[in-house]
Amino acid sequence: MTFFDLARRNVSRHWLRSILAVTGIAIGVVAIATLGIMGNSINLMFNDMVSDVGDTITVSPATRSGTTELTKRQVDDITRAVGANRAIPFATTFDSVTVGETKSGAMIYAIPAKDIPFLLDMEAGAYPKDTGSGCVIGKTLAENNKDTGLKLGARATIGNETLRVVGVLEERGMGFDINPDSAIVVPYSWYSNHYDKDTYDQVIVKVRDVNDLDAVKEAIEQKMNRRENVVTVMDTRGILKEVFAAVDSITVFLMGIGAVSLIVAGVSILNVMLMSVTERIKEIGVLRSIGTRRSEVMRMFIYEALILGLVGAAIGGVLSFGTGYMMTAVFSGNPDYFFNPTSLLYIVFGMAFGIGMSAVSGIYPAWKAAHLNPIQALRHE
Amino acid sequence: MPVISFDAVTKVYPLPAGDVVALAGIDLAIEEGEFVLIMGPSGSGKSTLLNVMGSLDVPTSGEVTIAGKRISRMDDDELTLMRRDHIGFIFQQFNLIPLLSVVENVEYPLILKGRRDVSRERAEEVLAAVGITESHFTHKPGELSGGQQQRVAIARALINDPDFLLCDEPTGNLDSKTGTAIMELLGRMNREEGKTVIMVTHDPRMTEYADRTIRLVDGRLA
Ligand SMILES: Nc1ncnc2c1ncn2[C@@H]1O[C@H](COP(=O)(O)OP(=O)(O)O)[C@@H](O)[C@H]1O
Ligand SMILES: [Mg+2]
Repeated sequence: MTFFDLARRNVSRHWLRSILAVTGIAIGVVAIATLGIMGNSINLMFNDMVSDVGDTITVSPATRSGTTELTKRQVDDITRAVGANRAIPFATTFDSVTVGETKSGAMIYAIPAKDIPFLLDMEAGAYPKDTGSGCVIGKTLAENNKDTGLKLGARATIGNETLRVVGVLEERGMGFDINPDSAIVVPYSWYSNHYDKDTYDQVIVKVRDVNDLDAVKEAIEQKMNRRENVVTVMDTRGILKEVFAAVDSITVFLMGIGAVSLIVAGVSILNVMLMSVTERIKEIGVLRSIGTRRSEVMRMFIYEALILGLVGAAIGGVLSFGTGYMMTAVFSGNPDYFFNPTSLLYIVFGMAFGIGMSAVSGIYPAWKAAHLNPIQALRHE
Repeated sequence: MPVISFDAVTKVYPLPAGDVVALAGIDLAIEEGEFVLIMGPSGSGKSTLLNVMGSLDVPTSGEVTIAGKRISRMDDDELTLMRRDHIGFIFQQFNLIPLLSVVENVEYPLILKGRRDVSRERAEEVLAAVGITESHFTHKPGELSGGQQQRVAIARALINDPDFLLCDEPTGNLDSKTGTAIMELLGRMNREEGKTVIMVTHDPRMTEYADRTIRLVDGRLA
């Protein structure tokens, strides 16, 4: 028999209200862990995007320069400024695409043939060449047009000229530079001839060493924007930084909701503990009169709150595995993010918060019990 | 040296309507091995006197010496340890802990002292000595009769081998036959074990067990 036993027995003596208090804590832990994991999964999802394109700088005409195009000269200047890093200029347009009887429209990316392999991966077929009249199509476009015949080897008429589909691109996902999944990619030379154009929309710079990113940006700024702001230079990290900040505040907000529910649970523990003290005033008087010290009475009641908290946190922790996994799958589409240590840490955090909350809620009732006047407590009916 | 000595002890409860003088200058000494009764009308200060003897309460003025120690300047922990190590309390309402079994109730004060190693064995010995049979050891107090509960309470008071027992109307909740049995038990503890017993009672028949009787009227010895 110890103070812990006394606490445990009192918890089970009032099993109904103990279950209610435990349920409150469990729900709070589940809320805080699940919402935290949800935010974290979104974060991890963006993180994976960064590692895909984290080495990318985009150079586009400055909004206030009065034009939306980059000249050949400007592209050459940029290419020189970035030194050994590869500068990939491209142009975009939208045009009609006819395959057999079916006519529709598609986004066209025009990229110098020699650069395409540095930007895009092929799933099937080959890269298009400057000399031939071949194009490649994005994965989504290919999948959506299985029936109409827009596939590897097909003949597609863009505008009034027919190209052969020589390859299908690998799926690339959402990017910060280009989104070719639903588009057609043609060699720039073909585009230049066909549309009689020699300007570009944007230049993508692939930086070899991510640590050089700022230096390369600076070199472009120096070269292009010395006198006036001609181009806007952005790196994906910068863009993502803002996205991350947004995601972080979403996570904090979500966890805040969880924390509120845990605080409510804490109040219910406080309530249960105050009840426990009030109905045992006489018993406390007896314990004190036969030699139980204040600190020992206090311990007994803190244990009681801790037992409720520990059980609630344990149940909440187990349930969080289920809800966290589900939420991760739903919100990021990739349940694997759940098994990331940072995600699992939120379960630990939720449990620790739940136990801490219970302990804190137990302090005042325990203090109150310990400081009852023993004589008055003994007289209490 | 007396187990308890009071020197000009007063206890005043300050109330908004005026001070209540519960003890108005008490001098007394109780020697080891005595069986002392405290009698007096309701409100005369008997319980207050017992509480001060039990270091549950400290006097407003005067000096109380218990087991050779002055209690007036003791802090709460020191008073608590005094109760734990030197005093055995027996109450009118038995006051056993409902969450603990009979034997756990009895061993509790010994566990407080950190003697878990011997507590169970000692508790069983003391329970046997007060006439509780082994089959009742694991029962909860509520499952016992009043007389049995008071025997368990006496066992709990005895387990730390206190310097004296303080009993506030210990037979007040028992029928007269059971009450007599409890008085026999306390009397035996006094005669055979030499336990000092101080008891508040209204029952004049109890005087036959006692060495002497202290009478209180309005907080004074009469
Ligand atoms: N905590 C207290 N506060 C105020 N007055 C008290 C308190 N305890 C006892 N008294 C008063 O002190 C007097 C003596 O009380 P008590 O010792 O309980 O008498 P008895 O046990 O002889 O009936 C009574 O007038 C009672 O009202
Ligand atoms: Mg009284």
